[in-house]
Amino acid sequence: MSEVTVRKQQRPNSLDLRSFRQPIGAKLSILHRISGAGLFLFLPFLLFLLDRSLGSAQSFESFREIMSGAFVKLILMGLSWAYMHHFCAGIRHLFLDINKGTDLEVSRKTARATFAISLVLTLLIWVKIW
Amino acid sequence: MRRAPVGAHYGLKEWLAQRATAIFMAAYTVIFVFAMLGLSEFSYEAWAGLFDGGLFAFLSFLFVLSVLYHAWVGVRNIWMDYVKHAGVRLGLHFATIFVLLGYAGWAVKILWRL
Repeated sequence: MSEVTVRKQQRPNSLDLRSFRQPIGAKLSILHRISGAGLFLFLPFLLFLLDRSLGSAQSFESFREIMSGAFVKLILMGLSWAYMHHFCAGIRHLFLDINKGTDLEVSRKTARATFAISLVLTLLIWVKIW
Repeated sequence: MRRAPVGAHYGLKEWLAQRATAIFMAAYTVIFVFAMLGLSEFSYEAWAGLFDGGLFAFLSFLFVLSVLYHAWVGVRNIWMDYVKHAGVRLGLHFATIFVLLGYAGWAVKILWRL
């Protein structure tokens, strides 16, 4: 076996991402994916709530009852964060698409701002609703 | 440097659709927030009245369609990134499409009381 082949075989096929401290942009990005997947998984629940809320005066009452449950509140708190994070990170992404904010320092700042703004917006939703 | 991994313009339509639906959903989100803040009280009459025909119902339906198309592109990307087996991946793509089409029918029923 030639030396080149041996060296090729010793090279890792993929990097173990868990062994690195990920930069803030990477954390933002994977949470964009996770929040999107979470929203997708809960779509039937959200459609169910919309159906109850719009069906009739009676179903609206059952909607309010469902919404008052502690477990449902917890889920909706998570989903509102997921929506706000996905929303803010998505807007940041659109700017990156048109080459705005791609400098390292700027992109780190906007990533931190995205985390902060989405958390504040989530809190505002919760102050307003409950 | 530009590279086309499989054929010319592969995935461009999906990429663009994801952005277009994102922009519409962002705009709708702002409209929705203002509509909610404009409600005098959160009662059935006020809430259902908001969706009772007109522009808001139309925009809301477009929002649901945008969510579903956007979800298709996003979930498809997840399957493409993590599911290596082509047959399993194809099955997951079909399952995702069927589920989303089902939601579309459900949304029509909810928003337009068919």
